[in-house]
Amino acid sequence: MFGYIVQRILAAVPVMGFVALFVFLMLRLTPGDPAAIIAGDTATTEQLERIREALGLNDPIHIQFISWIADLLRGDFGTSVISGKPVIDLIAARMEPTISLALTTIILSVVIAVPLGVIAAWKHGTLIDRFVMMISVLGFSVPVFVIGYLMISLFSMQLNWFPVQGFRAIGEGIGPFLHRIALPTFTLTLLYIALIARITRTSMLEILGDDYIRTARAKGLPERLVLMRHALRNCSVPIITVIGIGFALIISGVVVTESVFNLPGLGRLTVDAVLARDYPVIQAVILLASLIYVVINLLIDIAYVLLDPRIRYS
Amino acid sequence: MTLPLDLKRMPGRIGTGLRRSALSAAVLAAATMAAAPLSAETLTAVKHSALRVLDPIMTTAYMSRNHGYMIFDTLFALDENMEAQPQMVDSWEVSDDGLTYRFTLRDGLMFHDGSPVTGEDVAASIARWGERDGMGQVLMDFVESMGQDGDNVFVMNMKEPFGLVIDSLAKPSSNVPFIMPKSIAETPSTEPIPEQIGSGPFKWVDDEFEPGVKAVYEKFEDYVPRDEEPSWAAGGKVVKVDRVEWVVMPDDQTTLNSITAGEIDYWESPPSDLLPVLEANPDVEVRNLNALGYQTIIRPNALNAPMDDPRIRKAAIASIYQKDVLDAMIGNPDLYNICGAMFICDTPLATEVGSETLTEGNGQDLARELLEEAGYDGTPIMIMHPTDVGTLRTQPVVVAQAMRDVGFEVDLRAMDWQTLVGRRASQEPVDEGGWHMFATNWVGADVFNPLVNNMVNGKGPDGGWFGWPEVPELEELRMAYATADSLEEQQEYAAKIQEVAYEEGVYAPIGEYIVPSAWTSNLDGVLDGPAPFFWNISKN
Repeated sequence: MFGYIVQRILAAVPVMGFVALFVFLMLRLTPGDPAAIIAGDTATTEQLERIREALGLNDPIHIQFISWIADLLRGDFGTSVISGKPVIDLIAARMEPTISLALTTIILSVVIAVPLGVIAAWKHGTLIDRFVMMISVLGFSVPVFVIGYLMISLFSMQLNWFPVQGFRAIGEGIGPFLHRIALPTFTLTLLYIALIARITRTSMLEILGDDYIRTARAKGLPERLVLMRHALRNCSVPIITVIGIGFALIISGVVVTESVFNLPGLGRLTVDAVLARDYPVIQAVILLASLIYVVINLLIDIAYVLLDPRIRYS
Repeated sequence: MTLPLDLKRMPGRIGTGLRRSALSAAVLAAATMAAAPLSAETLTAVKHSALRVLDPIMTTAYMSRNHGYMIFDTLFALDENMEAQPQMVDSWEVSDDGLTYRFTLRDGLMFHDGSPVTGEDVAASIARWGERDGMGQVLMDFVESMGQDGDNVFVMNMKEPFGLVIDSLAKPSSNVPFIMPKSIAETPSTEPIPEQIGSGPFKWVDDEFEPGVKAVYEKFEDYVPRDEEPSWAAGGKVVKVDRVEWVVMPDDQTTLNSITAGEIDYWESPPSDLLPVLEANPDVEVRNLNALGYQTIIRPNALNAPMDDPRIRKAAIASIYQKDVLDAMIGNPDLYNICGAMFICDTPLATEVGSETLTEGNGQDLARELLEEAGYDGTPIMIMHPTDVGTLRTQPVVVAQAMRDVGFEVDLRAMDWQTLVGRRASQEPVDEGGWHMFATNWVGADVFNPLVNNMVNGKGPDGGWFGWPEVPELEELRMAYATADSLEEQQEYAAKIQEVAYEEGVYAPIGEYIVPSAWTSNLDGVLDGPAPFFWNISKN
């Protein structure tokens, strides 16, 4: 197992290298000029040229790439060409809202969706099953921003339970933190409940028809043990996969939710950087997102082994 | 909090799990009730954009200009009558030959690091501004030397008399001649200043700056305001709150909900379609603060055929009717103004000369005649169309249709604004990355005289603004305007400049509009001005 993990980590290095090269080239081929954005509307061509020179944008592309990679290897993600702030600081400031939202959403989703999926499968074909599926279809079909606006309208504007927007760091107190993160969490949770509940139900339905489940019931095991110990554990692999990918998706950017609730997360940082052609920031954020996907996939693979003893990696 | 299921009837662990979930959610909801209210002395404002570049001289971005007004001060400033008034200056005198200006600074002026403001600081700041700003460059052409005479006297020696020294130093919009410490002002104008230390009424809070999210200012306790009543950027800058936070909200609906719920105090630029909602709210005030408003323009590229022929440029302009543009762009006639004045209607230099086709919409026949006379061969005119900016996505469509109606072939090319910003700097032919036309918007204060209005610059490819028309007569007239002795003379030259600019088809103002601001009714003292100001505002 340890050897497998080391092997996977080493395999991630060329993947990250390819992502770095790809992102760098794509950005340089995209029209737009950070110097023009910095200079503003009244800049003359000569002034633009001087700013480009100062930013190093006139250097040959391969020199820019080598310089960027060399800095990366030293742990230096560079400096935002627009704000002049270190990229690592910009990303660090945006990580907490994003990770907070990802964790609260995934935890709440799992806590609600897995039991719902189990119940729907257990009560297959009944009103409960149809109700869960209806929730699932709604969660998939209604755009996140619509759910967000409805949440704000009801819970913020009508009932005054939650603020409309904003984020408070957990360091400012658990109360203010939860107060601000609640509505975006509920909004995204609906989507993830739909996803996880559906996968859970489908997986459970397959398992519940298996012979060993019939045998367990024939032995007289209580239904909750049949469901939880024998059925749910055996269908945990696809559920873990969906949860892992869902977590990575939130980390790598939920721009709409962040915009509707004015959360200063990584998604907004990415969009702002793209619109401003802030090359160092875009490159760093995409590299980070790729790294997160690699790590989460690795964790999912490790979880498979822990949950299903039949799976072995060599 | 309830769940749509009867948890007690569920099998053991599942039911227990869900009951715990419900309990957790209830705890979460209860915890959320404990959020602290906003401080009564913090003014929270949603600005039109994010503050990105912290150097108001290096860039002309309006957010950087607004930032500059918070932490820096100016020697002079325009009042609501558009007259220059002393701000940091206590008194000044001009020698009889008009070649020496001596400005004595007010007592007690101090930078945020505690050091006093000196004439050397002023000289370095004006020199940096003069490198970067169009009007500043004209001023510097006339300046022989600058320096200090004693700590608090700034001296400017001229090569020849220049009638707009005070007007230049009172320039209200980008770039504003803000005064910085000498050590900061010596930064090359192509590099951002390393520190945010000014002598303005607010201090910059660097620790709390989150680019794209939030900018924070604190009251500068040692600032000594003037005694006069505030008027635009002039008069006493008395700060009446402890902190001002500029926050960025990417979604207008969220901003609307926030101001309705009292989570923010001030919204600089609500979109026009949401104004009726705001106006219907008794707890929100809506008013236009910027009497000069905005001018939307279309700019041809004089370097690329067939737009290198003034007749073709003039034909394109003649095809446009401002009302069509403004109806499509703004919609509400209360928020727009049909105006052919290049230097903004209702200003001292306003004149309608040469603009009849734009304001009357009767230029189609003239356009067809000009196209025929110029031998237009059907070369497509490439208009850059930024589809991601609400205030810029409409004009190119209307202009393109107007031009097609008179016989132009038009290639309306969709792109995002930043692509346009990069592409418009290209002087290459269209198929090598160049362009023919684009539209943009200007704050009135940035176009209200021939020196600040970049579009009437006739310097051509070397020193001109994007589009680069080379019209020596315009440059001669601008210099004549700069040295004019009286307002009447300035008006005469401004009218002549406008006439030549229309005749050469250097650009067309295609309408004026206003963008009212909104704030909660517990704010008092919100000031009018060419930029949003945050002094004089108290929060009850």
